[in-house]
Amino acid sequence: MRYLKEVAWRHAVAVLVTAFALFPIMYVVSAALNPLGTLGSTELLPTGASLDNFAVLFNGQQPFVHWFLNSVIIALFSAFAGLLISVAAAYAFSRMRFAGRRVGLLSILLIQMFPQFLAIVAIFIVFTEITELYPTFGFNQPWGLLVLYLGGALGVNTYLMKGFLDTVPKEIDESATMDGASHVQTFFRIILPLVGPVLAVTAMLSFIGTINEFLIANVFLRDTEAKTLAVGMYGMLTDKRDANFGPFAAATLLTAIPTVSLFLWLQKYIVSGLTAGAVKG
Amino acid sequence: MTTQVAGAGSERSPHPGPSGQAPEQRNPRRGQGGEAEKIRRREVSTGFIVSRIAVLSIVAALLIYAIPPLLQTESWTALGVLGAVTAAVAYLYLTPRHVPAKYLVPGTIFLVAFAIVPIVLTFVTAFTNFGDGHRGTKEEAIRAIETSSVTQVPGSPEYYLTIAERDGSLVFLLVDPATKAVQAGTADGLSPVDGAEVSLTGKVLSASGFTIVPTAQAAERDAEIGAFSVPTAGGAIKATGLSRAFEGKADKKYDAACDCIVNPAGDRWYANETEGYFIDSAGAHLDQGWQVSVGFANFKKALTDPTVSGHFLNVLIWNFVFAISSVATTFALGMIVALALHHPRVRGTKVYRVLLILPYAMPSFAMLLIWRDMFNTDFGLISKLFGVHDWLGTPTTARLGLIVINLWMGFPYMFLVITGALQAVPKELTDAARIDGATPWAGFRRVTLPLVLVALTPLLISSFGFNFNNFNNIRLVTNGGPYAIDNATVGSTDLLISYTYRVAGFDSGVADFGFAAAISVFIFAIVATVSTVAFWRSRRQEEVYS
Repeated sequence: MRYLKEVAWRHAVAVLVTAFALFPIMYVVSAALNPLGTLGSTELLPTGASLDNFAVLFNGQQPFVHWFLNSVIIALFSAFAGLLISVAAAYAFSRMRFAGRRVGLLSILLIQMFPQFLAIVAIFIVFTEITELYPTFGFNQPWGLLVLYLGGALGVNTYLMKGFLDTVPKEIDESATMDGASHVQTFFRIILPLVGPVLAVTAMLSFIGTINEFLIANVFLRDTEAKTLAVGMYGMLTDKRDANFGPFAAATLLTAIPTVSLFLWLQKYIVSGLTAGAVKG
Repeated sequence: MTTQVAGAGSERSPHPGPSGQAPEQRNPRRGQGGEAEKIRRREVSTGFIVSRIAVLSIVAALLIYAIPPLLQTESWTALGVLGAVTAAVAYLYLTPRHVPAKYLVPGTIFLVAFAIVPIVLTFVTAFTNFGDGHRGTKEEAIRAIETSSVTQVPGSPEYYLTIAERDGSLVFLLVDPATKAVQAGTADGLSPVDGAEVSLTGKVLSASGFTIVPTAQAAERDAEIGAFSVPTAGGAIKATGLSRAFEGKADKKYDAACDCIVNPAGDRWYANETEGYFIDSAGAHLDQGWQVSVGFANFKKALTDPTVSGHFLNVLIWNFVFAISSVATTFALGMIVALALHHPRVRGTKVYRVLLILPYAMPSFAMLLIWRDMFNTDFGLISKLFGVHDWLGTPTTARLGLIVINLWMGFPYMFLVITGALQAVPKELTDAARIDGATPWAGFRRVTLPLVLVALTPLLISSFGFNFNNFNNIRLVTNGGPYAIDNATVGSTDLLISYTYRVAGFDSGVADFGFAAAISVFIFAIVATVSTVAFWRSRRQEEVYS
């Protein structure tokens, strides 16, 4: 009876919410395995098991592999490079004292409130010029999108990371300095390894955020081959909404492979990574 | 990096570093005595030199890549900025001084170029009428008006046309049918060509200095050729097809004396510098205008123009409702699950946690589209389970649907961070509350919740900011719809950001960049105000600025 009162209701709540969390995913799996591949014939539970929908993705109707590679390349590069520049800035803010430090921190906090895509009109104007001058970094090119995403990196991550670097005792890098390490060595060999898990989580969140980015990518990438998964798969459903539903679900599952496995892999550190900048200690 | 170790004791570093990269930060000026100085210099050399060479070569590569296009287009300002920035960066990484700047500059460059400049440009654009019909300068507008009004009049000269190229740009080789004289027409005008070989049909076979473009390739550049015109005294030469050209008369001409456009019939369109159009006496304007400053007109339009402002207010209200209820529902559900699992006797929390974060880990853009189709009236899962209804076609259910979808996407995040915060709440406090006779609800309401809220306020604020501009959800699920029959620009689920996107004309339709930028400025202002107020309040509870 006491068990019922204390524990059973907790399981009931958890099961209920888990069901809510899982039923759309169940539906995607069912749609992906559905041999007919249409929206109308998809039920919540799988009605068959066929890999036809996956085969459609690779038969050349749409350059799915291109989209996948574009997305992964852009997301990987921007996660890695964005992490590097923002952790470097966080290191300076956390460990060094210099004129303009407080102003710098506050302005980063302020800029962080303005999401980059709000300036989409201006970005469009700027990149129209850039496309004329440097086609490699212009529209329809992954590199243009990449440098643009890097512009947002400092604002988003620096504050979070500074909060976490502050929790690493200062004595550690002071003793490294005493032993003759330069600031570069302290940064790369002492600080980075210590905050590794948090860096990994931040990189993962930025990776997933980039994969999901639709607004800017949709303005930027018009050529079919240059599209990312978000833009390309959106197009799949615009063309033939009912018939493409199965392949779309299959593509969703394939896209989920990198993101979900990253999540499961870094599960242990996610909570600390998410709250690093917010919760002290 | 305030403690700089100097003196003989530090010469032999106990950790020289496996890659042999010696510390570059030793300042030689601090050395005492010539012998120590020498040793230190040698020790410094490898890493020092390698890193400096790397800096110089990166700078050089950058300049080699970036300068030629700027020279070609004669963009002297851009060239100046580029030169100044690269010089500053090169100096910064060559000198051992300014250590903090070395770490800050890479991010700052990207931040300035791709975040701050666009924000500033947005503010500037908000005060102009930039958009379709007002893209360029007044001169460009005049040229466009004149060339587009060129028409073939009876008796105007005709030419045989051959498409050619010189230095990569398009050239019309024109053969006079009577005299067989060959002229080259460029965007600057006509010039005679000597020694060209002309066939019997009037095609130019070869001409020195020109590359003849084969017909097949020329056909592919049809649009470019059709838009090309060679200015002449009385008008312009334009192509009809790929082998004929005519000299037409510009129907409309700019007259600097009256600052107006005139046509032979005597109609006049006067330049209006406040509207950026040439306007006739009846108030009608020509299609091509130019960009002018319009002051606060765009802002005024959003607030007072009845065709816009009514919707603007509705969008704003729904925007707040959406953002607040998204934060509230995800926080509540996340809290319920986190509390339910936060008990030592509950088993299987790890399994629950893995399953519960799946919605957060799935690619959200794809799941949004899946949700959209689950709400499909005829075939969707929701219709199958709860009966057929035009879920996303009815304003109320569309809005509820969006909030449910956002709840599904957002609660795992809240669950994770609340779990973290709950674990940080000291057990003594909750125990003490229980012993003092507080009911579980009172204990939660007066002890746990305030502590969790203090820790999570910054995250709640940023969650509000994120959902206030949650473009993806709206764009991918309803695209702002359902729309009223008489209004195709604002739908009942539009957020300000999705409305801006449509006004800016990125999907289709007429672009009004100036107005779109003005709405962006409004969003900036609202988000900044809300966040600042919230941060101020939370700052009293905990120092988050440090």
